[in-house]
Amino acid sequence: MPPPTKNCPVAVKNNHVQNIKPASFLDLRVLFFILQKAIIILSKLLAFSKKSYLCKLRNIFHQKMLSLILLSVFGITNLFLGFLRQRNIVLFASMAFTFITLVVSWLDMNGTLITFDASLNGGMMANDKLSTSFAFVMLLTALLIFPLSTHYLKDKEAQPAEYYAILMFSLVGALMMVSYKNLIMLFVGVEILSISMYVLTGSDKHNVKSNEAALKYFLMGSFATGILLFGMALLYGAVGAFTTEAIQTYVSANKVVDSPMAFLGFSMMLIGILFKISAAPFHFWTPDVYEGAPSLFTAFMSTIVKTAGIGATLKFVTLFGFIPLGASWYPAWYKGVAIVVILTLAIGNITAVYQSSFKRMLAYSGISHAGYLLMAVLALSPVSSVKAILFYTLAYSVATVAAFGGLMAVAGNKRKEEYAYFNGLGKTNPFLALSITISMLSLAGIPLTAGFFGKLFVFLSVFERGLYFLVVVAVLMAAVGVYYYFRVIIAMYMREGNNEPVQVSSGTIATLLIANILTIALGIAPDLWLNWFM
Amino acid sequence: MSDVIANIPVNYYVFFATALFCIGVVGVLTRRNSLIVFMSVEIMLNAVNVLFVAFSSYKSDPAGQVFVFFIMAVAAAEVAVGLAIIVMIYRNLRTVDTGALNHLKW
Repeated sequence: MPPPTKNCPVAVKNNHVQNIKPASFLDLRVLFFILQKAIIILSKLLAFSKKSYLCKLRNIFHQKMLSLILLSVFGITNLFLGFLRQRNIVLFASMAFTFITLVVSWLDMNGTLITFDASLNGGMMANDKLSTSFAFVMLLTALLIFPLSTHYLKDKEAQPAEYYAILMFSLVGALMMVSYKNLIMLFVGVEILSISMYVLTGSDKHNVKSNEAALKYFLMGSFATGILLFGMALLYGAVGAFTTEAIQTYVSANKVVDSPMAFLGFSMMLIGILFKISAAPFHFWTPDVYEGAPSLFTAFMSTIVKTAGIGATLKFVTLFGFIPLGASWYPAWYKGVAIVVILTLAIGNITAVYQSSFKRMLAYSGISHAGYLLMAVLALSPVSSVKAILFYTLAYSVATVAAFGGLMAVAGNKRKEEYAYFNGLGKTNPFLALSITISMLSLAGIPLTAGFFGKLFVFLSVFERGLYFLVVVAVLMAAVGVYYYFRVIIAMYMREGNNEPVQVSSGTIATLLIANILTIALGIAPDLWLNWFM
Repeated sequence: MSDVIANIPVNYYVFFATALFCIGVVGVLTRRNSLIVFMSVEIMLNAVNVLFVAFSSYKSDPAGQVFVFFIMAVAAAEVAVGLAIIVMIYRNLRTVDTGALNHLKW
């Protein structure tokens, strides 16, 4: 089989090192020139947008569109950067691009870049604090995940430029999912995110596990999409529009008994979204997909996809339950979701105990964390549960990224991720062991880490709603969680291992440092994050 | 001809689309060949399309028909990715039977 065409420059470089060097500098200069021009043009557009057509252009940028456009353009730029011979540039470029998008989406919310006008953009996207905070969590997580990918830069089989581009495209979908004001945008966002993830799951083409994970994810994901869409169709049949305002008006004007079709549509849509966040009766694809996918993309899936899914669930469920608008609808569905929460917590935590693979354990732990998040969604209090979800997603994402970073460093090129690889890590690489320990403590919810306050806020919000039995179940399951998270810590510090010393790349060190500092900072001063946005 | 279509009550469309959707769901759950599972998913999506168009013309609201175009575009993208994945599986395993997918177990 001929090697992929992208590898040709690398092969050529080995033969004629001297001949190639000037050309690569030329590439860089052209690139900087183009970037410079683009920045000048963009700044001119923003500065002198008094003219009418420029005003129109500015209007496109309203309401979340700017960050979406930026991410898409940067993603395409990334694809072209893949032609460069120096692969490091792609990594730095994609991190810089994500950072720019992060800054822009934050400025966008505060209205310093553009003025706020709800009538523009057809009301497709919201630009409120909630969606921007979710966007912040996801973009920050992406920034932390990118440096973990340095091993792809040396791998000749890999196509890092394409991976980064697809990751950025999937971020577009994730941002759409947390900021939609129209069901069309929800659907398109879910699909952009999912299709990108199908591709990335199967990106390890010659590995049968990766192939299998991709096919399972694809079939289950598109099945869930079908259910989601059928729910949307039924809801549309009852409401007659896709906008969230229309749905809210309909829900406040009608009782559940009078509109079985809308309720069925709501339930099917909820099932479709629960598939995506891997809640319990619909979780069966998760462990296989998480185990089979390359670890980098598993980290992405278990953090960003989950955050986006929970954000979408929160926004969607709010339409059907917020007191006083949908007050009559809440009793009709909260029991069903409570059962889903209990199942998710029980299955996720108890099955995680029996895993021999660390990665598979993290998959089940991801399921159980989806349960805690869903619990806060169920509480549905306008302030405390939103706060809890935002805090929990940040704490969970940061700790999970650190755990996967440690796993990727320890497992290296081995195709399995057994607990035994961690034996004696406390002696061979104390830094790595310490950072994995901190992330495990945070995931288990031990005080002085972010995970503790995440769980505390979730339980408080559920308590406020008066669902005491849920709190009891959740606390019990959190105790089960401590067991399997501590297994790793025990393996690292108390078991003797004859594994080779682990080499950690500088990118991984940076990610682990930042993630652990964030985890501890949020665990000591949780108000830091809460006051910043909420 | 258009009179005939206008005279069909919207309920019939709902029943028809639901039946199509159920055929798709049963196909996904029972078939072993991943291509046929994939085709069943497409049937589900097209059932949704029928339902959207029916509601859209019944309520004389164009948004539903716009949605159908979105679904078609997304379904096309999904077909591209899905067939690529199935071809990749076939190259490595020489089969597209879902029963052969047993490498990931605990």
